Amino acid sequence: MLEKNVKLVNDAFKEYYFKHFELIHVPTRTSEREFGYQKFNEGMTRHLSIKDDNELHLLLMTQVPSDVYCSNAYYSFPNLPMTEKDWKGADLIFDIDAKDLKLDCRTSHICCKCNSCQNIVKQGINCSVCGSTKLETISVTCENCISESKKEVARLHEILTEDFGIQKKEIQVYFSGNEGFHVYVVNSDYQTLDSRERADLADYIMFNGIIPETLGMSKQNNSKFALPDVNERGWRGRVAKEIFTSKSKRVKIVQEILSGGYSVFQAKLEDWRQKIGVKIDPKVTMDIHRIFRLGGSLNSKSGLSKIMCKDLENFDPFSDACLLDDEKVEIIANCPISFKLKNKKYGPYEKEKITVPKYVAVYMICKGIADIN
Amino acid sequence: MIQLGIRDLVKYPFLAETGEYLRDKGFNLEQLGHSDWKPIVEKAYGRIVVATTGQIYGSAIEDFENVDSEILSFVIAVVLLKSAGIPTLIKRFSLAEARRAERYLQQDLLQKKNETNSELPLKIMQDLFSVKVMTTDEDFVISVSDYLKRAVQFHEKEWKLINRRVEKGFVFLTAHETVRLIRKELDGYINSKILAVNIPSIPDIFRERVSDLSLLAKKFSEYVTVSSDYPPCIKHAIEVLDRGENLPHSGRFMLATYLLARGQTTDQIAPLFKNAPDYNERVTRYQLDHIAGSSGKGTKYSCPSCNKLKSENLCFEIPECSGIINPTQFGKKRTANA
Repeated sequence: MLEKNVKLVNDAFKEYYFKHFELIHVPTRTSEREFGYQKFNEGMTRHLSIKDDNELHLLLMTQVPSDVYCSNAYYSFPNLPMTEKDWKGADLIFDIDAKDLKLDCRTSHICCKCNSCQNIVKQGINCSVCGSTKLETISVTCENCISESKKEVARLHEILTEDFGIQKKEIQVYFSGNEGFHVYVVNSDYQTLDSRERADLADYIMFNGIIPETLGMSKQNNSKFALPDVNERGWRGRVAKEIFTSKSKRVKIVQEILSGGYSVFQAKLEDWRQKIGVKIDPKVTMDIHRIFRLGGSLNSKSGLSKIMCKDLENFDPFSDACLLDDEKVEIIANCPISFKLKNKKYGPYEKEKITVPKYVAVYMICKGIADIN
Repeated sequence: MIQLGIRDLVKYPFLAETGEYLRDKGFNLEQLGHSDWKPIVEKAYGRIVVATTGQIYGSAIEDFENVDSEILSFVIAVVLLKSAGIPTLIKRFSLAEARRAERYLQQDLLQKKNETNSELPLKIMQDLFSVKVMTTDEDFVISVSDYLKRAVQFHEKEWKLINRRVEKGFVFLTAHETVRLIRKELDGYINSKILAVNIPSIPDIFRERVSDLSLLAKKFSEYVTVSSDYPPCIKHAIEVLDRGENLPHSGRFMLATYLLARGQTTDQIAPLFKNAPDYNERVTRYQLDHIAGSSGKGTKYSCPSCNKLKSENLCFEIPECSGIINPTQFGKKRTANA
């Protein structure tokens, strides 16, 4: 980030942290967690331990981090180097990011910025000014992305409660502060799972690696009675709901499945995975040493807050998580696409001088589509 | 508290209760050195030979007259193995005995359905391996976390959680699957029991069979042939980099650890990443050195397993991958000399 921009964003972040202590708390088992933070244009400082809210607030005020992180893991010695921390367990964590959902809306709300000459174009493989291929994709607010991500969260929630027996009160959903959601499970049964075990759990959630036999389809002697039924629990029930769209069609569809045979059925599994598998990022769930963005902190990719969603259905991140000041700021905006914050549309702008509320200015600077005037 | 019957000790001679039983009956090693006991020494040796061929030794538990000799043959087999001190034989024996016990556990579990007083298999699982198994009308159920901790050791697709009936935090299993799940722990338990046994000196009638065990062990050396071809996941990663496209961090890690495992140096590997869109020579070197263990804490990282790569969408399995669990095994053919 350019130095002239850093001052504005840094001040805005400091003001947020000063005004919103009530949103930022240390998680449970605080003394066993590792904390870390980054400052604008600086590297990561990690392996910190923090004992309570007061100490955290002091760190936020003195350091004014661009991003704050906290481990999902519990350690005996969180502030020692990785190999000496003595890992004791970790909350299950899930990351659902709209960019992984392969949505059609995506092309309408992204633009590209050249890493070499900073030129911004709507789309392309090469920079139209210097020809470089090193283009960075910038994505701005999109209601469809959020609504589709919410659906993934809801489906994940169903699997966690129905299949894994996790209680609703043990599941916490946060808006990530950019384009997705972070889900935490605080349940002692799952805390000691290692990375490989979590990978298999992630595969289950993503509908990865299912074999036709699980759904009652064998290489020979198939029977309609072995196929899944809509009243079954777990993935068999979910697949049945996907295949047998209505009761009256079941007989016909069963016939088609049986005559199609094993290999046709196997090929369909991939289609179903795309449709009904929950699109979590498996790398996040598998990582038992991750420091994950701290709830209540600001995301430097957007200036939005990572806040808890108590009512997911009605949650509007682009208003509810937009908590910076609305003081007017003058910026030079260069953004070929439009976006919405607090229900107001902004853009497109072509290298224009504009005056906008501070939260919009910070959002655009963090996204790399504006500079301070 | 469960009262163990003598038949239970024939089935599960590795339980601590076996020692108590033999002590109560007045058996000791010195006494077993008498030539009258030669047939049991032969039986014990036979038990080891059967184990080394990968077969399961069968005890006639219906034959009550032979109960003591069945139990003793296990104990003497352990004495012979321990005296020979050959890890590969102990390993093979533990595994074979684990599979034998597995068979009885399965039978006992199925019997459990009919006899409410037969709690032994569930108790063995709970006490020895901390797995709480519960029964339903038709199945056995264990918690998802207990299941995952064991099932990830298996590489067959049917053991993946997605291929199981999972409800409300529990996984449903048959009796066979339930005991299969703890085979490795059972094996490990028997193995550790054997290793922990302390034998001061052995009777003379044992010596001949102890030296026979050394001959037996010679059969089990392996030859490995290595092909020069890369597995498809590695080929794919190299192609992505060649095209100048972005290879995710996990893919770069896989490539680096694989090539290091094949004996390449960081100097040989670094140029591969030159085409990466975010290539930075200094960072690449630093990370490669770190993975190779020549910087940082000195931890040398190994190549991720095929399972892990599948989860990360880095696996591009072809028929030649059959039977391997890590890319580094690709193209290596094991031929046993037995």
